[in-house]
Amino acid sequence: MFARRRFAVLKNLLEYIGIEPGRLHFSWISSAEAEKFQKTAIKVCEAVTALGPAKHMIKEIGKVA
Amino acid sequence: MENQAVTERIREVAKRLLSDGKVSCVIGFEKGTVPMRERPYFAYTPEEADKLIWTSFCCNNLANFLIRRDLGEAGKIAIVAQGCVSRNIVGLIKENQITREQVFVIGVPSPGMLDRNKIQQMIGANKVITEVMEDGAELVVKGRDLEERIPRKKVMRNNCYTCVQRNPVIVDELIGEETAPTHGGNIDNVAAPWEKLSIDKSWEAFADNYKDCIRCYACRDACPLCYCHVCFVDETMPQWCGKTQDEADVATYHILRAFHCAGRCTDCGACESACPMDIKVRRLTSKIEKDIRRMYDYTPGMDLESIPPMSVFKPDDPQEFIK
Repeated sequence: MFARRRFAVLKNLLEYIGIEPGRLHFSWISSAEAEKFQKTAIKVCEAVTALGPAKHMIKEIGKVA
Repeated sequence: MENQAVTERIREVAKRLLSDGKVSCVIGFEKGTVPMRERPYFAYTPEEADKLIWTSFCCNNLANFLIRRDLGEAGKIAIVAQGCVSRNIVGLIKENQITREQVFVIGVPSPGMLDRNKIQQMIGANKVITEVMEDGAELVVKGRDLEERIPRKKVMRNNCYTCVQRNPVIVDELIGEETAPTHGGNIDNVAAPWEKLSIDKSWEAFADNYKDCIRCYACRDACPLCYCHVCFVDETMPQWCGKTQDEADVATYHILRAFHCAGRCTDCGACESACPMDIKVRRLTSKIEKDIRRMYDYTPGMDLESIPPMSVFKPDDPQEFIK
């Protein structure tokens, strides 16, 4: 339940600085809900694939090191 | 009450407390070595208390020093506190870093601190300022071949303009009279300036805001909320955050620093005043605190009783993002 408040704040913060909304996902899944877990994982994969590779926060080690 | 009169009263109170043995130390400000930069000062004897001052350039948050020393051995400590500093002391008490009995709060209603960068810009970036004196609602800025009068209100720090409580919320001895709690600005109108932008423009604004960051961590070190013994940016095993000035590392540092302050930041502005690169650090913290007010109806540090928002929940908290 504390996670709910933290995620609410974090999600708003990330969108505020320009991270696309579809990249952060949050679900309640009980250890007994295998099917829900599977479906959620598929949905997350689809949503992130649709957004394509990340545009920000990419560190190219060759450039900085 | 004029700042000069406040200075006299602070010295009086500090001398009395020190000579009576009520406190071991008084934390206040002394004159800085350069103009417009008063610095924190620890007075241990009544003689040293004569160095204490109060001006409109007391921009550090003194609550920061209550966690940088072993209070248990030091005995009771007196601290000069305006609204925001007293709210941070409340925060430290709530987070069990100090107890109310360990501090003697010398409360001062805040005149609203001034932004040295704004003054420098107004005078001219290449002009050398040697002295700034206060004269009521005006400042007298002196330098080589230079003497100008500028209105205080025009150069006030942004966070002071939108302050919600200038008077100390806990106090053992008040200097002067309580003033109006605000300076007239509304924080909700100016907090989170990038909210209205599109997602791409938001990133541009965010990246541009922090592009000058040199990772000196002055914003963290000036902050009374940052009291972890080892900060996540200093840890190397594992290394949570890279140590370069690459955009990704700079962004990670600032996002996480702001997030760690969620529901705790009193908008004292110490981070922005400490920044040597004049980065608007509050653009992130102001967004978080605006959300906290909107979603959980909480303003940090206003009283000793309320429970910090991140350590409690209500059944009807917003959760439309949970799938």
